[in-house]
Amino acid sequence: MLSRTADHLYWLARYTERAENLARLLDVSYQMSLVPQSLAAQNENWRAILALNSLESAFAETYCEVNVDNVLRFMVADPANPSSIYSCLRAARENAHAVRGTLTAEMWESVNATWIELRQQTFEQILARGISEFFDWVKLRSAVTRGVTFGTMLKDDALHFIRLGGLLERGDNTARILDMQYHILRQSDDEGASDFYRWGALLRSLSAFQVYRKVYRDAITPARVAELLILRMDLPRSLHACADGIVRMLQLIANAASAETERQAGVLHARLHFARIDDVFAGGLHEYLTDFMDRIYELGDGISRDFLIAA
Amino acid sequence: MSADFYNEMYDPAGMLRPHYQAFAEWLASMPAERLERKRAEADTAFHRVGITFAVYGEEAGTERLIPFDIIPRIIPAPEWQALEAGLRQRVQALNAFLHDIYHEQAIIKAGRIPAEQVLDNSQFRREMIGVEVPSGIYAHIAGVDIVRAGAGESYVLEDNLRVPSGVSYMIEDRKMMMRLFPELFSRHLIAPVQHYPDLLLENLRTVAPKGVVNPTVVLLTPGAYNSAYFEHTFLAQQMGIELVEGRDLFVKDETVFMRTTQGPQRVDVIYRRLDDDFLDPLVFNKDSMLGVPGLLSAYRAGHVTLANAIGTGVADDKSIYPYVPEMVRFYLGEEPTLNNVPTWMLRKPDDLRYVLEHLSELVVKEVHGAGGYGMLVGPASTRVEIEDFRARIVAAPEKYIAQPTLALSNCPTFVESGIAPRHLDLRPFVLSGKRGIGMVPGGLTRVALRAGSLVVNSSQGGGTKDTWVLEN
Repeated sequence: MLSRTADHLYWLARYTERAENLARLLDVSYQMSLVPQSLAAQNENWRAILALNSLESAFAETYCEVNVDNVLRFMVADPANPSSIYSCLRAARENAHAVRGTLTAEMWESVNATWIELRQQTFEQILARGISEFFDWVKLRSAVTRGVTFGTMLKDDALHFIRLGGLLERGDNTARILDMQYHILRQSDDEGASDFYRWGALLRSLSAFQVYRKVYRDAITPARVAELLILRMDLPRSLHACADGIVRMLQLIANAASAETERQAGVLHARLHFARIDDVFAGGLHEYLTDFMDRIYELGDGISRDFLIAA
Repeated sequence: MSADFYNEMYDPAGMLRPHYQAFAEWLASMPAERLERKRAEADTAFHRVGITFAVYGEEAGTERLIPFDIIPRIIPAPEWQALEAGLRQRVQALNAFLHDIYHEQAIIKAGRIPAEQVLDNSQFRREMIGVEVPSGIYAHIAGVDIVRAGAGESYVLEDNLRVPSGVSYMIEDRKMMMRLFPELFSRHLIAPVQHYPDLLLENLRTVAPKGVVNPTVVLLTPGAYNSAYFEHTFLAQQMGIELVEGRDLFVKDETVFMRTTQGPQRVDVIYRRLDDDFLDPLVFNKDSMLGVPGLLSAYRAGHVTLANAIGTGVADDKSIYPYVPEMVRFYLGEEPTLNNVPTWMLRKPDDLRYVLEHLSELVVKEVHGAGGYGMLVGPASTRVEIEDFRARIVAAPEKYIAQPTLALSNCPTFVESGIAPRHLDLRPFVLSGKRGIGMVPGGLTRVALRAGSLVVNSSQGGGTKDTWVLEN
C-alpha cells in the first residue's frame, strides 16, 4: 500500500480518536466543575487542561481569562486552535477525503456527515442545547465511524493502519486524562464525598464506571482506578489493551525496516503485562504515565519513519 | 424541428428513424410522472456517488454535477462500423506521425507538412527525439471528438491525444440507464461498454518496458483539486491499481519506484493524467510540485512507460489538425475515411483576410485552447463580442484557426420546457497497444443544454447522454 495512503488512514484514525477523547476529557472536567469548590480551584482545573495540551500561550493570544466559558470555546469550537474538537474533526475529514477511493462508501459518508453536522452549528447553539449533549454527540459520531470501519472494511493493511492510529492515540489520551485528574485529586484537601464524585466522573468519562463496579464490587479507591485504567487487559481503553493492540497491528504490517519499532512496542507491552499496581505507585504514578506517553511518542515516530514517509 | 440540422431521431420528413423505433414506442408509453421520478432518482444517485467535476475560474473547490439526459443517443451497427474503421485508420496514422517526427521526420522531408509547423510548435518536445517507446506507440488513449453536420456526414473536430477525459461518465451513464430502465435493455441489443477499464488495463500492460513480465501499472493524478479527479479515482479503483501523486514516486538509478509501507516498489507503466509540463521539474516546468524529479531520465532509458507518451500534443494541436488527412495518405497509403473540417490558418495572410471579413459566420479557436474556453462562435455572438475577438486575432493571428460553423446534429433531450432538440457530439476512446487498436462501441455523447448552443463542453454547461451502439 502507498505510504501516503497509509499516512492519511493513520491520521484519519488518530484525529477521530483524539476528538472523541477530547470530548471525554472536557466532559469529565465540566462534570467536576459542578462539584462545589472555590472559583480559584475551578479555574485551576481549566488551566490544567490547557497545560495538558501545552496550549497556554496559544490560548492567551485570544483570551484574557482562564475560565470555563473561554476554555470550552477554545477547546471545542475554535478553528484557530489546532487541538480543538473542531480542528480534529476537520483534519479527520481532510485525511479521509484524500483517500476516498480506499475507504468504503459508508465510511466516507460517516466521516463527511460528522464534519457537515459540526459545521452547521455555532458554539452558542451548542451551549444552548447543553454542552454535555454535544460531547455525547462527538462520542456517538466516533462510535458510528468506528462501527462502519470494522463493519465494512476489508481486513487488509488499510484497516491495520486505521487500527494502529486509533490505538496509539487512545493509549496516549487515556494516560493524559488519568495523569491530569490524578494530579488534581491529589492536590485537593477535602477527602471523602467530593472525591467519590471526582473518581466516578473520571471512570464515566472513560466508559469504565460500570466496569469498575463489575470488576471490583467495592468502594472506589485511587489505586483500583489506576489499576483498571492502566493494567486491565480487558478494558478497551486501558493502556495495557492499547499496547497489546499496537503490538498485534505492528506484527501484521511489519516490513524490512520496522524491527526496532516492533521491539519497542514489545517492551512497552511487557512492562504493562507484567506490572503490579503497587510497583507503579512506588515509582510514582505521574512518572509512570509520563514515561508511557514518551514511549508512545517514540513509537509514533518509529511508525512514521518505517511506514509512512518510507523512502 | 429545424430542417437545417440533422436530427438523430427523426428524418427530414419528421418520420422516426428505424433505429429509434423501439425506443420511441417505449417513451410514448411512459407516464410523464414516472419519467420525472426517474430523472430525480438519477440526480440523487449521481450526487450521492459524488460524480462531479471541479469548475475552474469559479469559487475555489466548486464541484458541479454533469447533467445527465435519459434519452439515449442511438447509433445503428453499420454506422458505427464505418466510424470505427475510420477511427482506427486515423489513430494509426497519428501514432505513425508521432514516431516519425521524433525520428526520421520523413513527412517533413517529403514536403507534406511544413517543417516550422512541427518543429516550432510549442508542443514539440525536443527531449523526445530519438527516444524509443514500446511498440512505437505514443497515443495509447485517444479521445477523438466527432460531430455530424447537415446531411448526416461525420467530421472529426479534434483529436485529443494528451490526457483525454470523460470516459468515467460514459460508464456511469450506462450504469444509470440500466438501473433506471432495465426494460429497455431487453428490448434492444445494446453493445456493452462497462469493460472499458479492463480493456484499458490490458492495453497498458502490453506496453510495459521490455523484459517486464508482470508489470506494475499506476495512475498518476495531479491530485484532489484537479477537475477530473473523480475520474482518476474511478478508473484506478476499477482497474485495481494505485492512484498515485508525484510525491508518491521517486526515481533512483533511472528507475521509478513508489513509496509503499513495504518499502520501495518498482513502477513499470504510468497512466498519467498530468500534462507534459508538470511531469518532471528537472526538465519541464521547474516550479511543478506535481511531478517526479528524474522521471524523464527513467523514461528515456526505457525503464518506465508513460501513457500517453510525452510530446503527443504536437499531433492534436489545432495548427497540425489540417494535416491529419495528409498523414493518413502518407503513412498508410490510404484515403482517409473520416472527414476533417475545412480549416483556415490565420498565420496565412490570405486565410486571415478571409476570416476577418466573415467573422460572424465562422467559429474561431485558439490553437492551444481546450475545453471550450477562448473561442468565438460567430453566429451566436453579439457585435461587441465579435469586435472584441477581432482585436485579439489581429494582435496575434498565428494563435488562431477558423472553421465554418457546422450545423451540428441534434437529438431530442429533456429540458425545462419538455423535450426539445439539442446539439451533440461524440467522443469515442480509442486504445492503442502492442496487440493493435481497440475500443468499446460508442463513447461519450455530450449535449449542449442551452437552446441553439453548439458548445458541448461540461465546463460550459454541457450534459451527457448514454450512447447505444445497436448490435445486429
